This record gives sequence, C-alpha cells and structure tokens, in this order.
Amino acid sequence: MTPDIQDLQRRAAKIREAVLRTISHAGAGHTGGSLSAVEIMAALYFHAMRVDPLRPDWPERDRCILSKGHSSPVWYCALAEKGFFPYEKLKEFDRLDGMLQGHPDMLKTPGVDISGGSLGQGLSVGIGMALAGRALKKDFYVFVVMGDGELQEGQVWEAAMYAGFHKIHRLIAIVDYNKIQLTGRVAEVLDPEPLADKWRSFGWEVLECDGHDPAELAGKFDQARKTAVKPVVILAHTVKGSGVTFIADRAEWHARAPNQAELKLALAELEVKE
Amino acid sequence: MKANEMLEMRVVFGDALVELGRVNERVVVLDADVGSSTQSIRFKKHFPERFYQVGVAEQNMMGIAAGLAASGFIPFASAFAAFAARKACDQVSISIAYPRLNVKINGGYGGVSTGKAGATHQAFEDLAIMRAIPNMTVIAPADAVETKQAVFAAAEHAGPVYLRTVRCAVPAVFEEGHEFRIGRSYTLREGKDITLISTGMMTAKVLKACGILKDEGISARVIHMPTLKPIDEAAIIRASCETGKIITVENHGVIGGLGSAAAEVLTAHAPCHLRRLGVQDSFGESGDDEAFFSKYGMNVENIVKCAEDFLSISPSERKQRD
Repeated sequence: MTPDIQDLQRRAAKIREAVLRTISHAGAGHTGGSLSAVEIMAALYFHAMRVDPLRPDWPERDRCILSKGHSSPVWYCALAEKGFFPYEKLKEFDRLDGMLQGHPDMLKTPGVDISGGSLGQGLSVGIGMALAGRALKKDFYVFVVMGDGELQEGQVWEAAMYAGFHKIHRLIAIVDYNKIQLTGRVAEVLDPEPLADKWRSFGWEVLECDGHDPAELAGKFDQARKTAVKPVVILAHTVKGSGVTFIADRAEWHARAPNQAELKLALAELEVKE
Repeated sequence: MKANEMLEMRVVFGDALVELGRVNERVVVLDADVGSSTQSIRFKKHFPERFYQVGVAEQNMMGIAAGLAASGFIPFASAFAAFAARKACDQVSISIAYPRLNVKINGGYGGVSTGKAGATHQAFEDLAIMRAIPNMTVIAPADAVETKQAVFAAAEHAGPVYLRTVRCAVPAVFEEGHEFRIGRSYTLREGKDITLISTGMMTAKVLKACGILKDEGISARVIHMPTLKPIDEAAIIRASCETGKIITVENHGVIGGLGSAAAEVLTAHAPCHLRRLGVQDSFGESGDDEAFFSKYGMNVENIVKCAEDFLSISPSERKQRD
C-alpha cells in the first residue's frame, strides 16, 4: 500500500500534541522517550499494522509490544488517535483506578497486546507470539518497539539469538535509537555500537532510517514485512524529546513532565491551539 | 500404584505431560536445556512440533511462554527450580503473572534432590519467591499420583501456576483414586495432640514419623498441603484450635515457604505454637539426599524428635513409653 505521507504527518502531529498534554495533565510520565517514538508509532498504526480498533482482540491482528514501556504515553495517544478509545480517556493516564497505567497493562487498556515495562522483556514475548502465529498458520506480524538503553539488558540478546537462529520472520523489532538514557548519553553509559553489526551477527536483517521521517519509516516497514526468511530490526535514528526545542536531546527530560508554562511554550512551538 | 512403591517424580512429570498433550492440543512445552534431566524431553518425542528448545536462557523462555499464552496456547515452561525462580523471577512476575497469562512453570529439581549438585542448583527459596508473586498459584505434589493429577489440574486452571517437582524417587502416598484439587489440603491421619503439616515429598516422611509417634502414644494429625497458594486456611485454623501445637515440614527453606505460610494464617486467625522444619536460612551443599536431610534436621527422626520436644517429652519418658 502506498503510504499517505501527509496523513502520517498529520497523525504524528496530533499524537505529539496529545503526548505533551497527557503527560502534563498527569504531572508525570516519560516525555523524552515518548516524543522520540511519535513517528514510529504513527507509521505503525496508520501504515504498517493490520488492526481493528473495534476488535482489539481480533485473532488475525498484527501485534504491537512496547518493550520500552515507560514511553506508554505515546502508545496510548496512538491508540486513541486510531480509535481504540476516546481521547478523553487520556486524562486517566497515571490515575488510580484509571485504564492507563504508567507502564502498559494489557488487562486494562484495549489495544495493549502485552503488559510490560521491566526493560528487556518485550522481544521474548514477541517471539512467543510469532511462534504462536506459525503454529496456528496465521500470517500476522509482531512489532516490538525497543529503546536503545534497553539493549543493555541481557535478555534482549537471549531473544535476539533465538529469533535469528530460528529465523522467526514475522517478527519486526524497532529500536528507537534516541541516544539518551536516564542518566545520560547511551554512548557514555554503555555504548551499544556497532549496533547494526551486533544484530546482523545474531542472524537479523538490519534496516536503518530516520525515525522522524514518516516516508522512510513506512518504506522500511514495507521492506521488513516482505523479508520472509529472517527477523528484521529497524534501527530508527531519533532525537529524544523530538519536536520541542527545549526538550529535545536533553537527558533531564527522560522522565520529566512539562508544567503548565512549559506545556504552553511547547504547544506554541508546535503551532497548535491550546 | 502399590503402597510405598518408589517412583521418580521427574519421570512421572514427563509422562503426565505426554498424556496431557494427547488430550489437549493447546499444550506446548518449553525447555531451557534441562529436558533430559527434568524429563520434559518425553513430550518432545511425541509432539516435536509442540516442543520448544530455548537453550540455556530461562528469562527468554519465560517471555516466549508468555507470548504463546497471550495467543491461546497453554505453555509448560520447564527448568530447574533454582533457575526458574531465581534467574527468571522478574520475567515470571512481569511477563507472566502481572498479565495473568496461562503459563505453567515447572520447577524441576526442587529442594535437596539435585543429584549432589550442591548449593548452586538447589532451590530452597523457589516456593517463597513464587508465593510472593501476585496471581501465582503454587503447587508441590507429594508423589507420582498427585504429580500427574497436578499437571492436569494446572492445565485446567486459568492463570499462572508454579508446579514444583523433585528429581528423586519418592514413595507413594496416594492411591489412584486420590482426587487432587488446587487449594485443598488432605488430612491423612487424624490426631489430637499435635499437627504435622507437610508439603511435597516430605509428606511421606511425616507419615512415617506419625507412625513412630503413634507407637509412643502420641496422636499426631497429618495434613498434606500440596497447594501453598492459595493455602487451605481452614485446615490450618482447625488444627490450631483442635490440637494446638503445629509443626511444618518442607524440602525448602523455612523462610517464605510452607512454614511461613502457616504462620501467616495462624497469626491472623488462630495463634498457636509453631515449629518449622526445613533448611534454616542456609545455602545447601553436595551430598546424598538422605544424609542432607539428616544433617539439616529434616529426616523422619528429626520430625519425631521435634514433636517429642514440642510436647515436652523427656528422653526418660520416651524410654518408659518404649
């Protein structure tokens, strides 16, 4: 399917705005890592994935796993934009008895295919889903969105080794490579480079792109879906906190929420009405 | 099965998986490269396409099991108890128990019985870890008959289950007609002086101890508690009210296992004096199973002596009774 780039850009803009509003309203949430994944999630839900918001449990659906679960706001906002639940529900983010937990909870949120947030666990679960697809002779794809800091977890490489060895081919991992983790630059905390070589040596097809360019993302997703012989990882180069100059590329915005004044500034920069 | 017949629990477990696999197509088995030890490999021989060899990677195994369960399968993920509980605790907790997925975890080689491998491979905290995880059901069957039934019961139960088995041959406690139910305890001997509560393979030892005590004129109630969570509170409360003193016996550390579970029930509902037999806050070591049980105060004689001490029967009194 030819991607409608303008539509993807519009969707991404709405999701970015919603992320800022949602986190600011809750007074908590991971702003930096949510904003870096905006275009990735927009391209997933409005181009790459086969889902039906009216049937969140549709057995034939493609699965999404947000392994970097702390970026839940961008997932929730993408799900709301796709129509899994009303935008109004985003106000329940991080609220006791609300349906939107700080980290994703599949028992509470329609469209969330697996709970998680303890880093490093998503890829393994994705393998399990892909194996289930094989066994059931279904053709659904499993998309696992990971963080770059998350790659420091040993379980990721257990999973990478398994998926490469067994040629799990309807498994597509996306690394939101924003180069910053909680305490600083990934390259300084524990550098994952040469990252493409690592994945390749584990038997994966490696694609790279600008993670903020919807056209590039859509193209890579199309290419990944066509790779029928092995798992694919897309290294999506992104900027943490992308879209807002005073948030972008700053480690201190990893887990910080914009206050009222900051939200106003950010929305002004995005040129949206309050 | 004949009375006191010895059967290897791991073999029974492997065979039970095969039988279960025949009647339930959704059952799949995952192994972290110990299937030839835990005997889950038996399933592979019959259903190779439903057997997943994950390699020496327990954390990945638990995640894959979660993904399979989220797609409608009933995975039995099998590893040594030490590694299922200790290495993969976070994966069991977050990927499996938190979303209440239908994964059955087999901790084979629980407790002492690890073929002399020693402290690294002995799990004396697995029941404590699994019991502490919300949504988790924890089962430690006594013998072959109960192991088989527990495998089937686990498959029928909706939600995560930890099934703890041991490596060694265990004597038969139950006959074929035994009806295992999750959450139920089994009073195997009535008694009024004291209650012995045991789980897993220790129940056979407790029954022997009960026989010796009976010869001494001590009436001991024996309660077998195969489900540690949810635990049969009513049976414990009744024992406390009717016999007072209670001894728990487990092939596990006394912190967090059966002894702790009983103490939790008693302090809340019917306080009584409680003594806990098991490994006392210690790592294990290599050695013969029975020698280990003796050294760590967990054999039949220790159970008898604990009961006698508890009832304040002096050695001379004991001699008089003899």
